[in-house]
Amino acid sequence: MEIAIPRKNIIWAYIIVGFFGLVSVVTLAIHEYYIYLSAYLWFGFIYGMCLQYGRFCFASAFRDLFAVGVPRMVVGIMIATLLFAITSNLVAATGWSTFHAAPVSIHSAIAGLIFGIGMVFAGGCASGSLYKTGEGNGVSLLVILSISVTQSLFVDWGGILNKFVPASWHESALQKGLPDSINVGDGWVDQYLAGYVWNQPVKTYAQSLGMQDDTLTGAMLGNAFAGVFVPAVIILAIVYFFWVRKNYMKKLQAEKGVVTFRDHLAGFWGMVMASKRTSLAGLFLGIACGLQMFVIEGLRMKFGVKNAGTILERLGHDFGISAKGTVFDPGYWYVTTQEAQWVGWTFQKLGMNNMDNIYFGWVNGIPSPAINPADWMSVALIGGAAVMALLHGEFKFKAPTRELAFWAILGGFFMGIGSRLALGCNVGAFFVRTAMGDMSGWLFGLGMIGGAFIGVKIFNWYTERQMAKEMAGLDFDL
Amino acid sequence: MAMTFAKKEEGIYELDVTGYVCPHPQIYTKKALEKIQSGDVLEVVFDNPSSSESVSAMCDSNGNEILEKIAEGGKFTFRIKKA
Repeated sequence: MEIAIPRKNIIWAYIIVGFFGLVSVVTLAIHEYYIYLSAYLWFGFIYGMCLQYGRFCFASAFRDLFAVGVPRMVVGIMIATLLFAITSNLVAATGWSTFHAAPVSIHSAIAGLIFGIGMVFAGGCASGSLYKTGEGNGVSLLVILSISVTQSLFVDWGGILNKFVPASWHESALQKGLPDSINVGDGWVDQYLAGYVWNQPVKTYAQSLGMQDDTLTGAMLGNAFAGVFVPAVIILAIVYFFWVRKNYMKKLQAEKGVVTFRDHLAGFWGMVMASKRTSLAGLFLGIACGLQMFVIEGLRMKFGVKNAGTILERLGHDFGISAKGTVFDPGYWYVTTQEAQWVGWTFQKLGMNNMDNIYFGWVNGIPSPAINPADWMSVALIGGAAVMALLHGEFKFKAPTRELAFWAILGGFFMGIGSRLALGCNVGAFFVRTAMGDMSGWLFGLGMIGGAFIGVKIFNWYTERQMAKEMAGLDFDL
Repeated sequence: MAMTFAKKEEGIYELDVTGYVCPHPQIYTKKALEKIQSGDVLEVVFDNPSSSESVSAMCDSNGNEILEKIAEGGKFTFRIKKA
């Protein structure tokens, strides 16, 4: 399929790259600390290019499998996770990893379920909606807005929601010794975090096998092989067995009659290779993700800091720094927290107190989006996706219709809730955690698959009704 | 614009899902292909880039032949012959 690329697309691609280049150069001229933010920016740009090229969308992965029987994306994502596991665990083995595992319990699976339903409704996961915004998609922009606002309100919500907090969570939260400014006894998410989630164990596959995460054996054998390779191959085998095998055998039987085990191995490999566009994007994504950990940790050492909050304070930006002196600074690819932060910052500027909850006030802060490293990453991700879409003739402004706006807002709402319950989205709670051997990663993933299944069932019912209406005047057996 | 499905002429149908994002284009394409007769042609018009791979993979898997793929100005038209 030949696509002619208009000259204006190429000019716009140059303008976007030039803009980000100018931001990096000018801010570096102001102070060398800004290179820390520029590192986030350029990694975000690379992520955007990779995501758009590979159509890398977790919603598409499980939804297309259940809805139309297409395994391409789920295969690509499993391969990308595996490739990222190799690069990121190599970094972990050097002791330079910025990753911290999350508490493991059933909450990850429940959060994944809610998130999974939301991503099917919205038509894209958290990272997918970012790259699709770069393609000019107004629906995806609406999804991002919905995720952002939902999270920001949810983490600060007390009032009637306090009545749904178990007494044990409330008591446990009060015992955590948080400062009075946080007011931990008020707010459902605060008491969920301090009274339940923080009490859960933090486990990696390496640790459960008696190894250390920062040794070569622990990182590669415990986390990458046992924690990612084995489960990913099992999932791929299930996908082949239930979704690919039947049609593959039908084709082969018509050609040669008998199908052997060797043919099945060839079929399995064919399924993997059919996803090469996503896999190739996953390879570069995996390399970039691992490299980002290495670069950010290196910059922290160079500047003698452990968190970007210190850098921002040294630059004279003290608004929105958390009570611990920190801001959100994961050191690797992340999506949803920075989305919540810019809304939190806006509400704070409008007079609300958004610093009296754990999420903003104690951990992540709400620095201005103009100097928030993770926001630089997300904005550049949209830019990177736009450049790739422009260069492939796939950029097109699309305003949301009322119907799609409804699905976008509803889906974004579910994803926002799921993200905060899991302490991350499909990237932070699944892709990165799974790759790093964090046991909560697969739990979130299993929930997300279940949620996608439920979402597809609801969506099938809805589209069937729409189709029936549209075909009512035609002579079809409905 | 809302989704439209229309009969262009005998055995040729048009499904226009322009403006729709995933998963609408691929789900509507699947449903339309289920409704039409074997040998009929379905012309699918969409502008969601990632749906192009999903629709292609779906047709390949189900044995439906894509007779033509046209891409112009961010808009795609696939002519699919139902097996």
